[in-house]
Amino acid sequence: MAMLEIRNLDVHYGAIHALKGVSLSVEAGQIVTLIGGNGAGKTTTLRAISGLLRPTSGEILFEGQPIHGRPPHELVRLGLAHSPEGRGVFANLTVDENLDLGAYTRSDKAGIAADRDRALRLFPRLRERLQQAAGTLSGGEQQMLAMARALLARPRLLLLDEPSLGLAPQVVRTIFDIIREINAAGTTILLVEQNAHMALRVAHHGYVLEVGRIVMSERASVLAASDDVRKAYLGGH
Amino acid sequence: MLSARASALRPGLAWVLPRAVGPLVAGVVVAFLLQLVVVPILGPFYEKLMMDIGINCLLAVSLNLVNGFTGQFSIGHAGFMAVGGYVAGAVTYYGSFVLWGSAAVHGGFLGGGDLLFLLGCVVGGLFAAGAGYLVGLPSLRLRGDYLAIVTLGFGEILRVLLQQTGDVIFVPAQIEQASAFTLATSLGGALGFSGIPFYTTVFWVYVMLGLLLVVAYRLKESSEGRAFLSIRENEIAAEAMGIDTTKYKVRAFVLAAFFAGIAGALFAHETGTTLNPRELGFQKSFDIVIMVVLGGMGSISGALLAAGLLTILPELLREFSDWRLVVYAVTLIVMMRVRPQGLFGIREIWELGRPRRGAQEKRP
Repeated sequence: MAMLEIRNLDVHYGAIHALKGVSLSVEAGQIVTLIGGNGAGKTTTLRAISGLLRPTSGEILFEGQPIHGRPPHELVRLGLAHSPEGRGVFANLTVDENLDLGAYTRSDKAGIAADRDRALRLFPRLRERLQQAAGTLSGGEQQMLAMARALLARPRLLLLDEPSLGLAPQVVRTIFDIIREINAAGTTILLVEQNAHMALRVAHHGYVLEVGRIVMSERASVLAASDDVRKAYLGGH
Repeated sequence: MLSARASALRPGLAWVLPRAVGPLVAGVVVAFLLQLVVVPILGPFYEKLMMDIGINCLLAVSLNLVNGFTGQFSIGHAGFMAVGGYVAGAVTYYGSFVLWGSAAVHGGFLGGGDLLFLLGCVVGGLFAAGAGYLVGLPSLRLRGDYLAIVTLGFGEILRVLLQQTGDVIFVPAQIEQASAFTLATSLGGALGFSGIPFYTTVFWVYVMLGLLLVVAYRLKESSEGRAFLSIRENEIAAEAMGIDTTKYKVRAFVLAAFFAGIAGALFAHETGTTLNPRELGFQKSFDIVIMVVLGGMGSISGALLAAGLLTILPELLREFSDWRLVVYAVTLIVMMRVRPQGLFGIREIWELGRPRRGAQEKRP
């Protein structure tokens, strides 16, 4: 049984039909990436999974349990964390407080302390900035904070929305190294990216989304080698 | 092993008790000293001013829970104040008649009258909290300007309803005959609820303010409070963290309304004020919003300072009272231009110049 299973998902924004029967699955322990151009419905898919959007029809199963239509705060408790697009750090709160909010649903102090330590080992830059307001961090640091914060919910499935958005290439590489490390430590990841090149390098499996429909589903290495994907998303080289 | 470590981290009673009760006791002592020492020295004019300042501080700090902490823009705070004031006033006024046959102040400090007054404050606060729940519910669906309009509407509807109430009954025989419904609708109408006994003292105002400050400050430094703040910072991200944003918005409204109700109760029983629907209309709500915006959205000490300043200033500038609204408007515009986050932003006065203190407190 796949950890996450989506069947025939439809989402509407008013009259706009954003997702048209999307089906995909994420196996436990993998990194699965969802690539596609602007407006393809990548973020919409993630938001529907984490409950921020209510799908019009279709099924979402998390570890066999239907979760569509349930509010996000219940899903976080089930082990599903979402690091939203544009990072969404709490700008006026300190890095420290941002991390505390990541562990909001938990009450096991010792476990939180251990996870916090682990997150700060993954992102040593954050440790230096614990008392700084999150809004004063650089873009890359904010992305690190958003990911560290999501990890503090101790998710089994981590949804990452555009972690490379607006970051310098050097920082992007660091972020993707860490994504791999998080996955190696046992967290399943569903990664939405415009940077198909990097995403396909770390992912096990990839889906290509085009205007609300899944048009390809292949092993990541196969997708990276495919001519269609190269032309459309990898800049042709 | 993990659970053993977790329980080692759990603070003991010896750590918790002084921290929980200490500030409350300190608040009562300060209020007592103000009443016993400072009031006799300063005389009645400053006594009234101190009460006004305290009541405005209650209003500003409680509104800050909604506007500052949670980022929901409410401009109907005077409505909650009116609910608390009228309910408390009805409790003490008609209660006094039923118990002692007249509405005169009964008994001394902590005497029968004072206890009835305290009961009135609590009941008034609870009714206001109920009103807060009702107004908080639409806030689940509305954001920004739309919520502001709903809260404004609430205040105005309440004002109109209060103006429709009948004359205050002051004949003991009639009060004994009257049904509870009649009494509850005999609140003086447009003329105001006159005859409410003057139970409010500096002591009671500052005891209530102390209580609110403890609640607000501990909230700000707790995970509950961070949930409020996260909604204001980024509602989507807050939801993604597992925070039930709806629940917290309603909580903020209820808590703020409770203390606004208590402020209203204190106002209703204050010497030299008449509880009057016009007095607690839009203008009053707006005054409170200005205090919060000026002090800093989310800053407790900022709200206190702004409330104090904006209560004292009109007294100092009595000759210019016609210009008060102009000064307020100009102040707001200037603030929006040069310091949109208010004087202190989210920080407290003692946190200025250095980063906000992390909420992680080291525990033995």
